[in-house]
Amino acid sequence: MNFLDMTIEDLHEKLVNQDITATQLIEHVYEEIEKTDGDIGAFLTLTKEEALKKAQELDQTGIDSNNVLSGIPIAIKDNIITEGVRTTAASKMLEHFIPIYNATVMDKVEQKDMIPVGKLNMDEFAMGGSTENSAFQVTRNPWDLSKVPGGSSGGSAAAVAAGQVPVALGTDTGGSIRQPAAFTGIVGMKPTYGRVSRNGLIAFASSLDQIGPLTRKVKDNALVLNAISGEDPKDSTSYAGGNEDFTADLEKGVKGLKIGVPKEYLQEDAIDAGILSAVKQAIETFKSLGAIVEEVTLPNSEYGVAAYYILSSSEAASNLQRFDGIRYGYRAEGVQNLEELYVKTRTEGFGSEVKRRILLGTYSLSAGSYDAHFKKAAQARTMIHRDFAHVFTDYDLILGPTTTTTAYNLGGKVENPLAMYLADVLTVPINLAGLPAMSIPCGFSEGLPVGMQLIGKHFDEKTIYRAGYTFEQATDFHTKKAPFAGGEEA
Amino acid sequence: MDVTENTIQHIASLAKLTFDPEEKEVFAKQLDNIVDMVEKLNQLDTTDIPGTYHGIGLENIYREDKAEKGTKREALLQNAPSVKDGMIEVPAMLGNGEEDAE
Repeated sequence: MNFLDMTIEDLHEKLVNQDITATQLIEHVYEEIEKTDGDIGAFLTLTKEEALKKAQELDQTGIDSNNVLSGIPIAIKDNIITEGVRTTAASKMLEHFIPIYNATVMDKVEQKDMIPVGKLNMDEFAMGGSTENSAFQVTRNPWDLSKVPGGSSGGSAAAVAAGQVPVALGTDTGGSIRQPAAFTGIVGMKPTYGRVSRNGLIAFASSLDQIGPLTRKVKDNALVLNAISGEDPKDSTSYAGGNEDFTADLEKGVKGLKIGVPKEYLQEDAIDAGILSAVKQAIETFKSLGAIVEEVTLPNSEYGVAAYYILSSSEAASNLQRFDGIRYGYRAEGVQNLEELYVKTRTEGFGSEVKRRILLGTYSLSAGSYDAHFKKAAQARTMIHRDFAHVFTDYDLILGPTTTTTAYNLGGKVENPLAMYLADVLTVPINLAGLPAMSIPCGFSEGLPVGMQLIGKHFDEKTIYRAGYTFEQATDFHTKKAPFAGGEEA
Repeated sequence: MDVTENTIQHIASLAKLTFDPEEKEVFAKQLDNIVDMVEKLNQLDTTDIPGTYHGIGLENIYREDKAEKGTKREALLQNAPSVKDGMIEVPAMLGNGEEDAE
């Protein structure tokens, strides 16, 4: 049995027909993790005992044939808090932190009888694009172990791409679901801001953060978003709209669908040739399937990275003030007074990238640069927002590459934070505008996966899934497996 | 150069962080590069453009002003680094602790 060949519906059928028990499925997950995670390094914490107990309970009560997620294993990025299970955000600051309540998404996956199997590595506090900023371990890309899996949800992407789990939850503040999904050849959805409750998500930039699913297939992704989305009284920014079925429109095809391709997203000097050629081929595929694809413009997208790094770092500097060594988390030893306790705790508890963001955010908010930086960035955000709104008056979707390059070498960018930031140029504008966007596999460049990003109108994830599913059914990129997971070289 | 080691010293003190001299030099250089990059925004004419500070235009949601069950005190204290007599223990607030006679 191999999860990479099976959809959630396939697994569900096997569970309902009792070809396998939930217990066997969970045991299999841990066998796979044991076999592969020494090389991949996706997991920070395993919850084998709890998962097996839950599976045994399900086997006793029987799998609900009306609940496709019943008994399906899921792994969780380690910035989503889990009651009684260590949650670190990959930071020394929270190395021994055991939450006393569940994030809303955890309550939701458990209500659906999904089985959480462990917590996944990430860049510390979700800051980074390679998972190399984890305080604990390196995570490797299953397509090439010398490459990064992307980040910050690198553990989530690697675990799914390596076939350890069929689904993982990640978080996306500036591309942290979509970019690792692209780097590892899987499907990653960043839902509309407000679609999924942020209650219990360790805050990075509260006006940008969203939780979303990473899966091998589009339909699996929609099924999991069905489970985790919805209004939550504990998140005052959560969306009050009705509970939708994101799989409802999957079979409708793309005939007549209007897709805009921003010319800024196809610039030859900024984006690798292998990526451009895969995306251009995808455009042809959409045309052949009946979609109307035309060039559009997002003139202010070039300001996205600048605005994003000011705003997200300012929010982060503010959010991370709570880590003071008093109520929970790391506390420095050998201090004389309270001030020293704060400074020493934070200096020892945070890693370099987190400190860099705190410095940038504090600088942007400080007297003398507030107007020139913070306010200006907030205005640029409005202009970026308007660019998208303008395109969406005429188009149903926007399409472009997810990343400017394929997965790069481990260590390749750690010495140059600015280069790492600039690589986010294609993903951050979407977060600034609060839009939903999904990365799906659309080809390969020198043996490494290429991701294409489908961007939708606010709360129109349905059309994204519909177009993604139609493309997936018409192509075979999603059937390719990482060599490490038993696939042939692409 | 906009960001010097003095700037780092100043914002680090605002953010309750401290850096040794070598780190200060590295962070000053990196932050200066980053600030140069974000100053690209100066090219934008933002006259009369309002700022956006939220994900999307969602309205704040208020619940009814009714008491709800809170979290158990003992549970909250489980994660505190140091607890004494049911309270979180911290070092002396003022001075260097010398007057903290027990």
